[in-house]
Amino acid sequence: MIRVHNVHKSFAALQVLRGIDFDIQEGEYTALLGQNGAGKTTLLRIIASLSRPTSGEVSINEFSLPKQAEQVRRQMGVVSHDPFLYGDLTAEENLKFYGKLNNLENLQERVLLVLEQVDLSVRRYDLVRTFSRGMQQRLALARALLHEPDLLLLDEPFSGLDFKSSQNLTDLLNGLHAKGTTILMTTHDLDFAITHCKRLLLIKQGKLVKDTVTQNISRDELVTAFG
Amino acid sequence: MKQKSLTVDLVLITLSYVAVMVALYMAFLYAPTERTMGDVQRIFYFHVPSAWASFLAFFIVCIAGIAFLKSGNEKWDKMALASAEIGVLFITIVLLTGPMWAKPVWNTYWSWDARLTTSFVLWLIYIAYLMIRQFTADNERGARFAAVFGIIGFVDVPIVYMSIRWWRTLHPGAVIAGGSGSGLAPQMLATLLVSVGAFTILFITLLRLRLKSIYLEQDVNLVKQQF
Amino acid sequence: MNTLKHIGALVYKDVLIELRSREVIWSMVVFAITVLVIFNFIFDPGTDIMQKTAPGILWVAIIFSSNLGLNRTFVKEQEAGNMQGILLTPMDRSAVFLAKMLANVIFISAVQVIMLPVMIILYDLPVTGTFGLLLLVLFLGILGFASVGTLFSAIAANTKSREIMLPILLLPVTVPVILGAIKSTQYLLSAEPLSKVYPWMRLLIGFDVIFFVVCYLLYEYVIEE
Repeated sequence: MIRVHNVHKSFAALQVLRGIDFDIQEGEYTALLGQNGAGKTTLLRIIASLSRPTSGEVSINEFSLPKQAEQVRRQMGVVSHDPFLYGDLTAEENLKFYGKLNNLENLQERVLLVLEQVDLSVRRYDLVRTFSRGMQQRLALARALLHEPDLLLLDEPFSGLDFKSSQNLTDLLNGLHAKGTTILMTTHDLDFAITHCKRLLLIKQGKLVKDTVTQNISRDELVTAFG
Repeated sequence: MKQKSLTVDLVLITLSYVAVMVALYMAFLYAPTERTMGDVQRIFYFHVPSAWASFLAFFIVCIAGIAFLKSGNEKWDKMALASAEIGVLFITIVLLTGPMWAKPVWNTYWSWDARLTTSFVLWLIYIAYLMIRQFTADNERGARFAAVFGIIGFVDVPIVYMSIRWWRTLHPGAVIAGGSGSGLAPQMLATLLVSVGAFTILFITLLRLRLKSIYLEQDVNLVKQQF
Repeated sequence: MNTLKHIGALVYKDVLIELRSREVIWSMVVFAITVLVIFNFIFDPGTDIMQKTAPGILWVAIIFSSNLGLNRTFVKEQEAGNMQGILLTPMDRSAVFLAKMLANVIFISAVQVIMLPVMIILYDLPVTGTFGLLLLVLFLGILGFASVGTLFSAIAANTKSREIMLPILLLPVTVPVILGAIKSTQYLLSAEPLSKVYPWMRLLIGFDVIFFVVCYLLYEYVIEE
């Protein structure tokens, strides 16, 4: 599904990524761990086609980046800590806007469906500005799911969420995983990663230092490796 | 490698020293005194070559900008930055020496004629260019902004000149026609040409030295990062 | 075909947001009218200097207020990372520039619709047979200014001091457009023969085309991260 091969990213004296390699199979639920500044967001942005690697190869479902970015974007949904939503538009207007840019044919139908999925149908005519952070993040997930992507990328999706909203979002992600969506998310929340993700990738100073199935590592080991 | 590069530096520095000395000798002693303007006309041997050097510098900013956008290779970005800084230096000399000459000859420090106004606008454009470099993070994006602005700035130069010329020629009562260069005495012409040559060598030397210091800065930052 | 739809969706979104928040157009109008009033203090009312300088004042008001508006429209795009959301859709990048420029042209023109009558009244401008041409000149000036402005606002929005950066970048580069617009307006308002106006208008069109093409080609490099 995702193939990352020898990816470097640097500018001037700053070397953010220094040779990252991994493959992710279809249906995997993976956490990309690392401290702030380790390079995990940069890596995710490269996979998301928002940034270009200085060298190395990235491909998604055999479509290579950045050349075939358009095909990649068709099968990928992205949720960041920024919701990418307009506060002065209603939930429905936001989704319709992104739906049009995604060339959706059954727009109305899809919008209602994803709103239902994230449990925001009642609030569809309300301005996003009036939404709580948790609701905005759910709506952001709805936006990412509009075009039924096979792959979901998330960049620190839980930052700034209260307990209940995190729980809510976690359930949604688990549901998507159960349905076969491939999920890759960056986080520095080790407990979340251990409890829910099936595979862990740990990045330190731009290098992949650990790539393991969650079951094969204890919490203590992970904490030591992380610090 | 290092040794060879140092030799080139030394040769360039010696060459610009000799060339500037010869140009100084010719400007002050060899060239005849102009009949109507007197000695003040000699500033022309610094004014015109400075203008030439600044155009050369801004041309390099534009070309290096295009090369950077096309290739993403940082060396072009550094080249553009170094060239812009030196270009601003020379265009500042142009703007300072102009009024020194104008006051005794035109009896005014400044006149809004086409060439003066264009030089002034040019100065503003490249000051803005340096401000972009200062106010954006030192990353790929900042470099791209600068490249884009450098390209537009240079494309703009002839357009600005043309529009202002139109404005002044269509406008009655332009105070002074800024014509010069016609009917120059042969010694004067020789001095001017030597001077232009000297400033070109000086420009290349400065560009090379500034580039080197930019690379040194980067190396220092690299070392700092490791501690 | 799809690109047209995308442009439609993008412009519709901008207009809808503006209709709701009324942030851009009204602040531009108020600012522009303030400029008109302040400039009025330069001379004694009723003198013919007033009519001679009116075109310059009109364009100063347009340009300064546009700076405000251009800043706002792009900053709005960044508040919640929306530009990234747009770039993540499988859409031709050029649509983003065309849409943003179109939205800016609509906003700036809307301001003129309100400001021009005020200007005519305050400065006692003659409304003659060439009024249609005057509107065309206004539009051409706005077009040139908006194309460079759309590009530079994306740059300025990503710098540390964005409010001050935009005019510093925009004003020197757009000198030709400003000059062409002011001269055309001046000749039109002082009822000079049209043979004097047309060269300036042709020049203005030429600048518009050059700036549009250059900005269109470079926009992609500015919005991508």
